[in-house]
Amino acid sequence: MDFSLNEEQQLIVETTRRFVQSEILPLEDELDPDAGSLDPTDQDRLVAMTKSMGFYGLDIPEEYGGPGLDTTTRALMAIEMSQHRAGLYNPCYGVFGGAGLAQLYEATDAQKERWLYPTLRGEKKGCFALTEPSGGSDPARAIQTRGIKDGGEWVLSGSKLYISGADKADYALIFARTSDDPGRNGVTAFIVDTDTPGFHVRRVVHTLRATHYATELQFDEMRVPEENILGEVNGGFAIANDRLSRQRIPYAAGCIGPAIKAQEMSIDWAKNRETFGSPLAEKQAIQWMIVDNEIDIRHSRYCVLEAAQKADSGERFRTEAAMAKLVATEASSRVIDRCIQIHGGVGVTKDLPLERWYRELRIRRVGEGPSEVQRLIMARDILGGSFK
Amino acid sequence: MGIRLEKAWTDLNAETIASLPAQLGVYQVADSQGTVLSVGFAGARHLFGMRTALQEELNLHGDQATKFRFEFTSNYRSRWDELLMLHLYDHGQLPSHQQAEESRIGRLSPN
Repeated sequence: MDFSLNEEQQLIVETTRRFVQSEILPLEDELDPDAGSLDPTDQDRLVAMTKSMGFYGLDIPEEYGGPGLDTTTRALMAIEMSQHRAGLYNPCYGVFGGAGLAQLYEATDAQKERWLYPTLRGEKKGCFALTEPSGGSDPARAIQTRGIKDGGEWVLSGSKLYISGADKADYALIFARTSDDPGRNGVTAFIVDTDTPGFHVRRVVHTLRATHYATELQFDEMRVPEENILGEVNGGFAIANDRLSRQRIPYAAGCIGPAIKAQEMSIDWAKNRETFGSPLAEKQAIQWMIVDNEIDIRHSRYCVLEAAQKADSGERFRTEAAMAKLVATEASSRVIDRCIQIHGGVGVTKDLPLERWYRELRIRRVGEGPSEVQRLIMARDILGGSFK
Repeated sequence: MGIRLEKAWTDLNAETIASLPAQLGVYQVADSQGTVLSVGFAGARHLFGMRTALQEELNLHGDQATKFRFEFTSNYRSRWDELLMLHLYDHGQLPSHQQAEESRIGRLSPN
């Protein structure tokens, strides 16, 4: 495969890199090391900049007013946008805009009017409620939230766990079991306004991401109109699964940025820090760590770009996306770990971004399908259907 | 352990502040009636952690704020948001010194 960038991609990468270096890094120097947002004045100013650059709403499809980036270019941008302290989970603090929940692009016209378009205009926020206390890696079987039809409405009861943004959301995409089928054919997706009686955000769940929490939700006989079903009754798992596959490529790409930045920091440190009368860079132990970092970074980049190119060319990319997610999350974790080792004491302090990347990358190996599930996906494709 | 900050109050003055470890965490300061005036955090930008953060509170609001309580945690930002959400749930509004945070704070309905 040819991984060289075309002229347009080169320009986009350079523009994004300059934006991070000149606009994000100086602001970040003044922020709390665990900050997850900018001062509103800075946020508004930078959003205006990305809009004037034509880069606002990166993930919004072109027919809805987005810039129409292909997956490869989007992945290249994700690698650049994550090269700062908050970059792993808050690339450029969101000034490139969001796209809302991807599933809503499959909604009916009436649903789009009610939830999608207000989201794209920044008037509403949504959250994605799939995982439950009974599990998240195998959602088709783990979902125990029940939806029971009652006249023209459905009555939802159950709970969800590790849901991001539910406390600030105007609506939630909730997956509930609506038939006796214990697997993927018994799950329906409902769009539910969060002011619906019976919708409760019960608690904050603190995680390794110190700036950001998840939540636990409870639904007490929540009545939802039939027209709030997204897609078909008992067809909700396909909607959830499609999102999980598509998300893996940019999710993987975003892990590479911190690894690249940490490697740059470590090379600089190794050349300038002296121990036992010579720079660290002259010690073979350090040289090997830096070489291993480079191998991990390049390996991750190749896997991400291969998956992105297959997606762009319309080929099947499920195995490649799973491999990219697995390799990028695990390799980047190793890179950050080595970079902390190279830096020594200062590496574990909040003076440097390494400790934040170390904590947050650990979550990446679990989120959006853990490494073991990625291997399971690849094994199914490699071995064939009879070994499912 | 409950999710609310329910430790006993301590007098807010230079002496009690100086006795605190320089760690990161969250705190509440209140007036003499026990009305919470602000919920804050001691983050990594506070030179001496909790000591610096509470000294700033004393300098800014010492005419009203007479007591404080705190909790050490490295998850000070998410715990701070949680305490603000709990305050909003319990009192219907944020502490008087933090009304401006309301647009940013989520909604919680704990059991």
